[in-house]
Amino acid sequence: MINWFKFASPASFYPLAGKLWPWFAALATAFCAAGLWISFFVAPTDFQQGEGYRIIFIHVPASWMSMFIYCVMAFWAVIGITFNTRLSGMMCAALAPTGALFAFLSLWTGALWGKPMWGTWWVWDARLTSELILFFLYLGYIALTSAIDDPRRADKAGAIVALVGVVNVPIIYFSVKWWNTLHQGASVSLTKAPSMATTMLWGMLLMALAFWMYSIAMSLYRVRAIILEREHHAGWVAELPEMQR
Amino acid sequence: MNWGSASEFFAMGGYGLYVWGSFGVTFAALLVEALLARNRLADTRRLLRRELAADREALTEHPSRRP
Repeated sequence: MINWFKFASPASFYPLAGKLWPWFAALATAFCAAGLWISFFVAPTDFQQGEGYRIIFIHVPASWMSMFIYCVMAFWAVIGITFNTRLSGMMCAALAPTGALFAFLSLWTGALWGKPMWGTWWVWDARLTSELILFFLYLGYIALTSAIDDPRRADKAGAIVALVGVVNVPIIYFSVKWWNTLHQGASVSLTKAPSMATTMLWGMLLMALAFWMYSIAMSLYRVRAIILEREHHAGWVAELPEMQR
Repeated sequence: MNWGSASEFFAMGGYGLYVWGSFGVTFAALLVEALLARNRLADTRRLLRRELAADREALTEHPSRRP
């Protein structure tokens, strides 16, 4: 059995993350190339929305990632509060900027899709508003944790924000069911057959995988910088090969 | 294949601005994020190397002050 707590120490996670991130970056590039090929050259023109619907291939994956990354942050928050591990707070901090970026991209691509299809960049409907709140939650997490000088206290305060804010994720997901929204319902669900052509579905899933791998690579990469920033007085940092030059 | 020519591809059936505005900004943003993260790690390493070098220098000049 793997001793997970061994990797919970920043000294052993730093080299592990360094070995892992290039693999996830390579997977992200491969999935992205395949996803873009399907998005533009295989998926047929939509009979209602023409070529404009192709925004779906990044809009839906970006929105999924923005919700999923927040759930992962809440997971690390629980681990941090329960086991008092330092790495969990660092993982939260490493994920937040990527999550904020995907929330922004979800809103941005949504606006660019809404304008030609609905005739407006923005409406205050439940789906759009709850996604905007998610974006603000990410910004709130980043602002709060960077305003507290002691990293351990910053982690604790951030963990509370991550946990309280996660209630917004199911609200976003079910908003199209619970309220009458201008935003359309789910194109893909776990219980029903998807309401779209198979090639379109494949394009979307490949782009979602690409964003997923990108997020893993990005958070592993960023957590290394965070580990060095916080552990700079530790003996193991001085012994790293990249510190010998 | 959906496109007869390159210009047809870029026009996106009249939705060019919206489609390329979405894909362009998305990939530009991901690229910028990756570059910022790379700079952050490189800056931290540079700072730590300088700190360590200063420590070593202090030790060779004043060996009696070794902690």
